Amino acid sequence: MASLVGSRVERKEDKRFLTGKGRYTSDINLANQTYAIFVRSPHARAKIKKLDISKAQKSSGVVSILTGSEIAEDKIGGLIAGWAIRSEDGTEMKCPANPPLAKDIVNFVGDPVAVVIAESLEEAKVAAEKVSVDYKVLKAVTSTADAMDGDTIHEGIDKNLCFDWLLGDRQKVKEAFEKADKVISIDIINNRLIPNAMEPRACLADYNSASEEITLYTTSQNPHLSRLIMSAFGNVSPEHKLRVVAPDVGGGFGSKINVYNEDIVCSWAAKKINRAIKWVAERSESFLTDIHGRDHVTHAELAVTNDGKFLGFKNETIANLGAYARVFGTVTPTYLFGPCATGVYEIPAAYSNVKAVFTNTAPVDAYRGAGRPEATYTIERLVEKASMELGIDKTELRMKNFPTAFPFKQTLVHTVDSGDYVAGMEKAKQMADYNGYEARRKDSESRGKLRGIGVSSYFEACGIAPSAAVMSLGCGVGLWESAEVRFNPTGQVTVYTGSHSHGQSHQTTFAQIAADELGVPIENIDIVHGDTDKGTFGMGTYGSRSLTVGGIAIVNACKKIVEKGKRVTAKMLEASPEDVEFKDGEFIVAKSNKKKTIGEIAFACYLPGVRDEMKSPLPEGEEPGLKETAFFDPSNFSFPAGTHIAEVEIDPETGEVKLEKYTACDDFGRIINPMIVEGQVHGGLAQGIGQALYENAEYDETGQLMTGSYMDYTMPRADNFPEFNIGYTCTHATTNPLGVKGCGEAGAIAAPPTVMNAVIDALGGQEITMPATAEKVWKACKNLKKSNSKAA
Amino acid sequence: MRKVTLEINGKKVEKEVQDNTLLSTFLRDHLNLTGTHIGCDTSQCGACVVHVNGNSLKSCTALAADIDGSKVTTIEGLATNGKMHPMQEAFKKLHGLQCGFCTPGMVMSAVDLLQKNKKPSDTEIRDWLEGNICRCTGYQNIVAAVKEAATKM
Repeated sequence: MASLVGSRVERKEDKRFLTGKGRYTSDINLANQTYAIFVRSPHARAKIKKLDISKAQKSSGVVSILTGSEIAEDKIGGLIAGWAIRSEDGTEMKCPANPPLAKDIVNFVGDPVAVVIAESLEEAKVAAEKVSVDYKVLKAVTSTADAMDGDTIHEGIDKNLCFDWLLGDRQKVKEAFEKADKVISIDIINNRLIPNAMEPRACLADYNSASEEITLYTTSQNPHLSRLIMSAFGNVSPEHKLRVVAPDVGGGFGSKINVYNEDIVCSWAAKKINRAIKWVAERSESFLTDIHGRDHVTHAELAVTNDGKFLGFKNETIANLGAYARVFGTVTPTYLFGPCATGVYEIPAAYSNVKAVFTNTAPVDAYRGAGRPEATYTIERLVEKASMELGIDKTELRMKNFPTAFPFKQTLVHTVDSGDYVAGMEKAKQMADYNGYEARRKDSESRGKLRGIGVSSYFEACGIAPSAAVMSLGCGVGLWESAEVRFNPTGQVTVYTGSHSHGQSHQTTFAQIAADELGVPIENIDIVHGDTDKGTFGMGTYGSRSLTVGGIAIVNACKKIVEKGKRVTAKMLEASPEDVEFKDGEFIVAKSNKKKTIGEIAFACYLPGVRDEMKSPLPEGEEPGLKETAFFDPSNFSFPAGTHIAEVEIDPETGEVKLEKYTACDDFGRIINPMIVEGQVHGGLAQGIGQALYENAEYDETGQLMTGSYMDYTMPRADNFPEFNIGYTCTHATTNPLGVKGCGEAGAIAAPPTVMNAVIDALGGQEITMPATAEKVWKACKNLKKSNSKAA
Repeated sequence: MRKVTLEINGKKVEKEVQDNTLLSTFLRDHLNLTGTHIGCDTSQCGACVVHVNGNSLKSCTALAADIDGSKVTTIEGLATNGKMHPMQEAFKKLHGLQCGFCTPGMVMSAVDLLQKNKKPSDTEIRDWLEGNICRCTGYQNIVAAVKEAATKM
């Protein structure tokens, strides 16, 4: 039987999406449901002096209006930060309470203060307009760089500082810098982004007063985790009386990890009014209240020798958390960022210091790449600048500092199990025709255009993550994953995974894995996920963990099935279990022609009785049925890596940047389905290039979001991209049986520095911030012209 | 309220609608044709594209009452006798979709492109799809799928 792992298998999920049969949360309606509209703060920071619902309550169709007072009375808990981070001085981070409905004070535009529940959506909207809130507007803090000098937003949190975290050794770094021939320094901004999954968030909460069960359909990347948080911290319901279903989910990119205010409020309110409540975000609400990403201000320095050896690295960053610390809010700018900031290089001494600040903006949390794009942007901009200042070719300088052996003990935390960074660089150069660049540059020049080439090499720590490691770093949960493999008596297989697909293709790739492990045709394998009632607890999907953690749990559960199958076969065929081999779906007794198919064994496992001549197929003490569960806790993170090369052409008359070529050469370890990996790379690149050239979330000084619609926030379109040239090198991960590393975030991690390095190269080394809009680039072109004419 | 008569996916539909009911709302909430998606509130994203009298249209930009008498095709009506349209087949074959949310609008828009331009170039495809936003695919496989479908239609 040919192996399916490694094959370009078309997706099992596609037909329903292509024929309009997908079932997203907003597609679901329940009998007698009501509709919720949230009344949100129009101010970034204000005290609620008075909230008057009397007029609204009389509005047609209103069922109930609930506010922060009722939430507080019912002791419904708030939203939480999932990781506790300690400051350099040993003190615990400081986080404000984040009630699902604000009662006394609002902290960002969009912070909800009340929910209006009505018979129809239109009636809910009309009534929400009649809720009168008297605010005392306070001065907002919106700037990341200046947040520590602003008014104190949350009582008791001085300087708006959540923590001041250090990873690394300042003294060693100081000594390394003293030995340096040259110090390269850089000031960069990692611009704030809005994830913008195409499906706006939504939820539908139902309550059954007889069973006292709440069912919440919601747009979540991790329904089990949502249930845990809502139960343990939200106090919404005991966990066994809360079912969370995340059906088809239209993209997440990190923005649907969090439990949101609306999930908690609708679940709690459904029980209160004893009816189902539906809420669907309008895109403008998504802009205001989905978590945002990135938003770092960084000063970094690299100590180098004249011949290009890296001696030391400093990273001083201010990270904006927004108004509140959410699930991955505090770990994203620390452990997901700091360790990776030394990049793919051997640097003897390094530290990352991060001051995380609160501002009156939407909460900032994990967005595709989460911390690693910021890390890669920091080091790769710095290395590119070093290559310019040292006059060493940008690829040679990188290779000079790549690790020469694996495992590679990276400076700050990670031990990278496998990789071959030189091979990746060489292949990327070849794919991009790096050596032919000068001819292309001259051609651009002859047409009055500026051409630039940019390189970046990255690694990332993903496949999150070993529970022991993450819990020691402050994570509130273990990050293992579970799988259940269930055989029907007639031989088909259902696999429940605790991870969740919102575009990642689990139904296909996980079925490929199970098909190979069990020797069952792929069409007889169904992958099920996204419903806390359908399977074992799971941690969900983020941090490129589905395959590297969840996929391995499936492998392990399949191996348990095979072990049981061997025992049953041995009993049935009167052999010893050690003599039974399993191959391509058949259990074969060694040195004989006796065998059973896995389908026959499954059937037998469900028929344990004895009658006349029929003997039980089950060995003494063996349970009937064929179903196994595995929990997999990885021993290490996984470490995809690669080199990307971009070429841009700039029209100095207009400042327009055209991305001419983009080459990505990645090492994801073993690839399960090349078609799907390609898709993941393309999508990541689009988001990374989007950050570099188009996307930017901007607040004004009063805390109003200036980019709150698709007319103001530039979403990359089809005509913004060239055809990407992608390729791979492959070193298997040594820490899991499939040798896989994860591929979902690589593009978003590597693309921003790659593109910006090219833009800045074209601009003669002038720093500009992301996104490299025509206006900024045009101004830089003007400067270039001035300095060129001076030089002449 | 007014009565509208439409032919939707080949079937005659008569319904009372409010004057301000959007076609997208009408399809989703009145007819339960939830394949047409709502991804924004400013007519930018294109997830709601359907065909009205053979031309692609963002269904959030039309009132149901305004298109009385029209023929509407939604993503649910594109396949014939259970066989997917060549565009749907091409999207599947070339992995032109991931989360699937923008897909119905993307497919309907792409079908209309090929009605108007049988052999579009890459640039023409990318230009045409400017009104459809996809956050997952980076568009490359969508472009490839449209080209593939062009060879089959």
